[in-house]
Amino acid sequence: MSSHTQHEQTGGFEPKIVAFVCNWCTYAGADLAGTSRMEYKPNVRIIKLPCTGRIDPLFIIKAFEKGADGVLVSGCHPGDCHYTTGNYHARRRWIAFKNLMDFVGIDSQRLHFSWVSASEAIKWVDLVNNITDEVKKLGPFVEYKSLGDRQ
Amino acid sequence: MGMAQRKVIYTPFPQAVPNIPVIDAANCPKIQKDKCGACASVSDPRCIDFKQQDTVITEDIGAIIVATGYQLMPNERFGEYGYGKIKDVISGLQFERLASASGPTGGEIRRPSDGKTPKNVVFIQCVGSRDEKKGVSYCSKICCMYTAKHTMLYKHKVHDGQSYVFYMDIRAGGKRYEEFVRRAIEHDGAMYLRGRVSRVYERDGKVIVQGADTLSGNQVEIEADMVVLATAIVSREGADTMAQKLGIGYDKYKFYNEYHPKLKPVETVTAGIFLAGTCVGPMDIPESVSMGSAAASKVLALFSNDQMAREPITANVNRTTCNGCWDCLVACPYSAIEEDAVKNRQGIVLKMLAKVNEGVCQGCGVCVAACRSKSIDLRGYTDEQVYAALAAF
Repeated sequence: MSSHTQHEQTGGFEPKIVAFVCNWCTYAGADLAGTSRMEYKPNVRIIKLPCTGRIDPLFIIKAFEKGADGVLVSGCHPGDCHYTTGNYHARRRWIAFKNLMDFVGIDSQRLHFSWVSASEAIKWVDLVNNITDEVKKLGPFVEYKSLGDRQ
Repeated sequence: MGMAQRKVIYTPFPQAVPNIPVIDAANCPKIQKDKCGACASVSDPRCIDFKQQDTVITEDIGAIIVATGYQLMPNERFGEYGYGKIKDVISGLQFERLASASGPTGGEIRRPSDGKTPKNVVFIQCVGSRDEKKGVSYCSKICCMYTAKHTMLYKHKVHDGQSYVFYMDIRAGGKRYEEFVRRAIEHDGAMYLRGRVSRVYERDGKVIVQGADTLSGNQVEIEADMVVLATAIVSREGADTMAQKLGIGYDKYKFYNEYHPKLKPVETVTAGIFLAGTCVGPMDIPESVSMGSAAASKVLALFSNDQMAREPITANVNRTTCNGCWDCLVACPYSAIEEDAVKNRQGIVLKMLAKVNEGVCQGCGVCVAACRSKSIDLRGYTDEQVYAALAAF
């Protein structure tokens, strides 16, 4: 927490962003960005899951508790899910839990949801860059981190 | 292609597989008005069945090769080239038919408007290709080579004819391809002009082509007798709905995604589905043939094993905490969750618990997130593993 404050004072705050991505679309898209030698902000930490439908909302809370300043959830476009309907489950869960996240004190500006397909390397690069800039403006998210420290 | 008339019963083309005649049902008088039927009287009557209907055939299959091909971008989109308005502006495929011995003119190059032999033919390349504003951003790859071939065919059939080719770049990447284009230019006298065409219009029975020659820096105007457009390759109509049916990925141009562009070029992310040919992107005949052969051998390799290797990532139920709420059963897209009875020694059913059929489970983990009592976990992606990954940040 103290390191965050120091960074802020020196203007060098680099946010930590956790991205929960699915194996088939967004992970492959991020991989394509790599093989195409595109550059993007290094602030994102990718956690690969088979499908966005695997994402338990608790993962997101846990990510903030472990020090994330922003969370990104990204999967296949509607209709393109490798598992047919997994991204629809994720979308429904997202709609149901977004307000709840707000209620428990997570600023919805720190939460992002997107569809990035396996061929959309450029979209992935833009997405990560934009979210990093946005979260950077919001500053460090310390409330949940302090809960984690207390444990 | 609307270049000549054909009969209502016809063989699609001499090399068709299978090489048997088909009936154009929409125009057949026997089918439409129950008149004629002459074809049935001259052949063995069992060969022709006018009552045949489209049927849905259900088969159990082990693998699918998707080879749905491509189509051309509509030429009408490019009004400046006059396609559809000027009769003597044709597409590359139509030229192919003109030059074909089995085509409407028996292989003689004759222009559509008056049937005369054209003495000046202009070929326009990159119609829609490499044109993000009006067409697609990619290169259609085959047009440079077939245009070079067309100029050669033309010269071989019309000895005193002159062909002109407007191009952006000559992309002749491939074994002996560059030499082929050089032959068209040096041996068969095709005039290659680097530049774009701005306008095509009719004047005194001629098709006037205005364009730029960027190498000499001059504007050029050619009095042509015929213009041939090398139109962009695009994905087939309905390619996206087909991909959604099959559960395979596609890009923004609706070309299908390979599993890996370098290492798994014929596989898709869905097991048992393989790709071949231009449904993946523009490619020429040699490439399509090798891709088809590769896909076929992948399928044979799959079928030659007695046992099938599967991903070990499957869901797993904790039977001590499962309370049989069946949220997982509802969520599972594969119907891999089964109801399993727990019986006592007398064989009386005490309760029903969820059980994962590991042969059917694909390991998406939707059931894991749906489970309220946290009784299902996904091997390889357990909650514990995800939390450990989060703790590492």
